[in-house]
Amino acid sequence: MSKFRKEQAKDLPAISTASLPDIVFMLLFFFMVVTVLRDDNLLVENKLPKADQVEKLKKDRSVFIYAGRPSEQYQEKYGKEAKIQIGDKYTDVSNIKFALTEARQKLLPELQDRVMVALKVDEKTNTGMVTDIKQELRELNMLKVIYISSPGNELDQR
Amino acid sequence: MARRSAPEINAGSMADIAFLLLIFFLVTTTIEKDKGIARQLPPIEDVETPPKIRERNLFIVTVNRNDQLMVNDEIMDLKDLRQAAVEFLDNGGAPADSPEYCSYCQGRRKADSSDNPDKAIISVQNDRLTSYKMYIAVQNELVGAYNQLRNRESQRLFGWDYTEMNRSLEEGDFKGNVDDAKEKLERIQKMYPMKLSEAEPKKSGS
Repeated sequence: MSKFRKEQAKDLPAISTASLPDIVFMLLFFFMVVTVLRDDNLLVENKLPKADQVEKLKKDRSVFIYAGRPSEQYQEKYGKEAKIQIGDKYTDVSNIKFALTEARQKLLPELQDRVMVALKVDEKTNTGMVTDIKQELRELNMLKVIYISSPGNELDQR
Repeated sequence: MARRSAPEINAGSMADIAFLLLIFFLVTTTIEKDKGIARQLPPIEDVETPPKIRERNLFIVTVNRNDQLMVNDEIMDLKDLRQAAVEFLDNGGAPADSPEYCSYCQGRRKADSSDNPDKAIISVQNDRLTSYKMYIAVQNELVGAYNQLRNRESQRLFGWDYTEMNRSLEEGDFKGNVDDAKEKLERIQKMYPMKLSEAEPKKSGS
């Protein structure tokens, strides 16, 4: 009996922190897996409207179009009128076709026919601008669009 | 040879390095949350004689520049829109002996509303100055109305929700006969085909 008691009588050993890196690495890998690197630098304000009857976007076959007022740091240069952004630069309505064809060519060849256009439009934008974009898309024969929205419902906040 | 035991490498700073990486990824990444309302645009074609649609088969939603809503010439609140659309689509007004009779409709079967879901068309008309927020809210309610009816029918026929099944098929975590489920989804889609038309927006001020 006395043999056991002897060992217990010592001071409490320091808690080993050797497993701390493992825990942090686990967190790190979790975040690496669930996140994607932002590939477009947003030049416009982009507060998306809310909707709940949504479908998931298939990212591998989509081309993004952003629209909204220029972000604050660009407002001096470009004014406050809503603008369209494709890729990393502002685009004019008349120039959409060119920019979209360019963006489409970056997709995998087998997916280029089934391209889906993801519209990320700020909620304060006028519908007229969206209609202009849609008209261009129809002329390009890129007919699948998806209006990206944030989860929620407009009705809830009234 | 004298054996010297190699000194243990201090792993205390490992946590710091990992934290640094973690914070870097936290800052530079965004959690993927791209979801939205999918829509198929109509192709451009010249229709010389537009097909004749009876007025009772049309559900005209108009939104003006002040984001006010009008349905078939009556002002309506956004929160009532879904119910109104459901009633319109589910009306099934065609008489019981005609070929257009809708056997699964549970609506009031009013003579002055839609004949059957296949004939019923919802038309949305926006002003150019309507806000995008309102536009999406209206689209959301209308898609919601279709989903509500499709869910009801798939619950009745197969015992599952249309939207749930659609999602699990898309995400690939559906266990069971995929082809069979897809066929069933198509059957439901045929019962309530989504006929949402969008008129060219009017010039502001008109």
